[in-house]
Amino acid sequence: MTHVHLESDGAAEAGPAITPIRRSGGKTEIAVAGPWTLIWLKFVRHKVAVVAAVLILVMYLIAAFAEFLAPALPEAAKPQFTYAPPQDIALFVTETDGSLSWMPHVKGYKQTVDPASLKRTFTIDPDKVVPIGFFVKGPAYKLWGLIPMDLHLMGPLKSGDTMYLLGTDKLGRDLLTRLIYGTRVSMSIGLIGVAISLCLGVVLGSISGFYGGWVDLGIQRVIEVISSMPTIPLWLGLAAAVPLTWSPLQVYFVITLIVSLFGWTGLAREVRGRFFALRSDDFVTAARLDGSSERRLIFRHILPSLTSHILAVVTLALPTMIVAETALSFLGIGLKAPVVSWGVLLQEAQNVRTIATAPWLLIWPAGAVVLTVLSYNFLGDGLRDAADPYEN
Amino acid sequence: MADDDVILSVENLSIDFNLRTHVLHAVREVSFELRRGKTLCLVGESGSGKSVTARALLRIIDKNGTITDGRILLRGAGSETDIVPLNERSAELLSIRGGRIGLIFQEPMSSLSPVHTIGSQIVEALRLHQAMNKAEARVATIELLRQVEIPDPDKMIDRYTFEFSGGMRQRAMIAMALACNPDILIADEPTTALDVTTQAEILDLIKRLQLSRGMAMLLITHDMGVVAEVADEVAVMRYGRIVEAGSVDEIFHEARHPYTRQLLASTVRLEQNPRALTRPATVSDPTSKPVLSVRELSKFYGGGGGLFGGASYAIRAVDNVSLDLSAGENLGIVGESGSGKTTLGRLILRTVEPTSGTITYNDREGRAVDVTGLSKRDLRGFHRDVRLVFQDPFASLNPRLTVKDVIGDPLFVAGLARGAALERRVGELMELVGLDPQSMERYPHAFSGGQRQRIGVARALALEPRVIIADEATAALDVSIRSQILDLLLDIQKRLSLSFIFISHDISVVRYFCDRVAVMHRGKVVEMGTAEQVCTAPHEAYTRALISAVPHPDPRHKRMLHRTRFTAEATP
Repeated sequence: MTHVHLESDGAAEAGPAITPIRRSGGKTEIAVAGPWTLIWLKFVRHKVAVVAAVLILVMYLIAAFAEFLAPALPEAAKPQFTYAPPQDIALFVTETDGSLSWMPHVKGYKQTVDPASLKRTFTIDPDKVVPIGFFVKGPAYKLWGLIPMDLHLMGPLKSGDTMYLLGTDKLGRDLLTRLIYGTRVSMSIGLIGVAISLCLGVVLGSISGFYGGWVDLGIQRVIEVISSMPTIPLWLGLAAAVPLTWSPLQVYFVITLIVSLFGWTGLAREVRGRFFALRSDDFVTAARLDGSSERRLIFRHILPSLTSHILAVVTLALPTMIVAETALSFLGIGLKAPVVSWGVLLQEAQNVRTIATAPWLLIWPAGAVVLTVLSYNFLGDGLRDAADPYEN
Repeated sequence: MADDDVILSVENLSIDFNLRTHVLHAVREVSFELRRGKTLCLVGESGSGKSVTARALLRIIDKNGTITDGRILLRGAGSETDIVPLNERSAELLSIRGGRIGLIFQEPMSSLSPVHTIGSQIVEALRLHQAMNKAEARVATIELLRQVEIPDPDKMIDRYTFEFSGGMRQRAMIAMALACNPDILIADEPTTALDVTTQAEILDLIKRLQLSRGMAMLLITHDMGVVAEVADEVAVMRYGRIVEAGSVDEIFHEARHPYTRQLLASTVRLEQNPRALTRPATVSDPTSKPVLSVRELSKFYGGGGGLFGGASYAIRAVDNVSLDLSAGENLGIVGESGSGKTTLGRLILRTVEPTSGTITYNDREGRAVDVTGLSKRDLRGFHRDVRLVFQDPFASLNPRLTVKDVIGDPLFVAGLARGAALERRVGELMELVGLDPQSMERYPHAFSGGQRQRIGVARALALEPRVIIADEATAALDVSIRSQILDLLLDIQKRLSLSFIFISHDISVVRYFCDRVAVMHRGKVVEMGTAEQVCTAPHEAYTRALISAVPHPDPRHKRMLHRTRFTAEATP
């Protein structure tokens, strides 16, 4: 080969050649960006997870403002409307002269009684118009049990009218209202349960991973024993032990506790594994040589590197809690009326006859559970991918 | 072109990578030719696009990369094939991969399957490309293993990867690449993960096989020493372009491009020892008390008597090592991987507990402190005076702390400074190591490898230590950055009274930096002397073999081919 000397366009280059695609996220911005900013930047690229996050946020908003959002009260029963089918919202009514005029309404019911079985069935009567509106005055309630109010997001304009957008149950209670109230219980039982699991899991996992040796051995065996127990019979036993005289609220907390006492093991293992990996990392050794105490090592250097992972694990643990509560209540050993949760609602759709007459009693609560669990899983996946922004 | 020797020619090759925020032009208008029986070395520092270029020849670049322009013409048997337009899964491309072009990767540890025997992996390649039956392929494989000088090839063929050492795996990898008599051999940093003596053997082997088979070779490396030893032609890459190309002699002796000259200068500079001029008088003064003195230090792993009373054996990671470190002295510890040099460093800091022996530290007031007997609490005081600089500039900085927090952490923990005073001190330290104090609010990911290593040095200096143990502190850096960091350390040493224990596998770095050198082999110090003496006139056979295996960055004085070989005695 002949000696070729290729000088590139005069001036010496100072870096690799690049063509920017977008102007946002300049170099200096990324340079001063903290770990959470980087996680966020990575997370928003995961579109499905973002949608899931929005859905979950909406769920919690519904849970927070259940009283206001629900058109009625959960216990308000109207025996004359048992198993009434869902009504559709229509926006216009046809006037007598054939023109359309603006009036949001639902169609009323026509009641027929089967002469042989005396069974009452409802059909939608297209001629009966029940006008509805937004921000209407309805049944009085106390927001968060504190503020007396009677304003509802939507409802029938006349106080005697009824509106059942998702139908009613066997006592003639509005399913939509009960579903909204159930959201509060079902979504929060997961949070409280996971909070307890989180404390147990992180503390025991950290101790196990940081110290190793006999401590680790002991904790790991406990975890194995706990995870080897058959959960449903155990729940049954524990739930049976709850005295019947307890108030529904007390039962609620005991159930949460039971569910979470078995839910921490996975988290503890995850945390322990991470601790093991990080314990021998150079930057932890460096911090140790800098004179950091063990407490400082754990809380300043190791745990912050774990928080994003823990967040992801927690997000993935939440749906199992929700499903566990639903399963317990469905079996009749979890929450009981008058507390309303998705599990309690599903319990009412336990037999085939009900499902045949009123399929909405199964569809809507089950749909809510599926939607929530899926959203949590997608969110958890997105968080897990974003959890380590320093991979590359 | 009438040149019959040209097997492959690359014309105006350009490769773009689509990254999230920008398009990276990783390779730009690169042209070169590979000739039968000749070796072309692509040289460049990390990120120069040399590996991507080589991978493009086999069309195995990552998914987000595309060849935007250029041709790769493969000639042979009167025909000419352009590799660029071939379909990813076309039979033609598959037959070129491994059939006409063989590839050797950098990491012999991860490029062979751990669940198959060495033999079955080569047999597979043979049966795929050469349509042999099982028995024929086995015979051919044994012959290949013999060619790459694996002892007892008929037995080794049935061994698994984990039973092979790094060098042996690389030999097996070469056998696999050669299985189908390729016209072209691409070697992507084939010896970077290996020790110098193993590197010399492997390069030797590749060179001989290439000559006997008349293959063309494309060798990718960052090491100018390796280039000088094996290349016929050289192309220097920087930021995706070839800045200069020519015969090896022209590049080394008549380099015209400033970058080539800089690259050579930083390599050649490491061949000298500037310490001879700046060495403080205390170093050679025998009456002064040493800062650290290590006596009969040993660390054995295992050997505590098996749980079931079975036979047990100990690995002597560090075996009866004694050394002294004077004030202001730079002591080098060299050795190949597994020689115990890193363990020795960790033993001195007691992050690993020694099995036996003593470490005595003479503190600022001249009191002798027995380090081996210190409690956890007292050890903290010792760790203030004796600091460690890590090898990996990426793993050793907590990515979740700002640079200010990283450098300031030891000060904060020791309670020496808080708030504005801490900030001021961190600023001073950053200036000392040649970083802009303005950037102290940034996170480590905003800095390059060299800059991060400077941050690591600043952290080590924060507590005004007396001794710094640098464990392969420059091994992960490019050559030009490497000499910058070494100069920085020497410069800091002039200003502060510091001693260094410099642990390295790289003899040239040790020669450049150190006053005295201890050579370690299998846990023992086999030779100890001044840097000049050890590097130019070693007494021990092992040291001679080690020194002569270091490639010499001058094609007119190839060292490796006349090297002394050291046959290790049977494993104790």
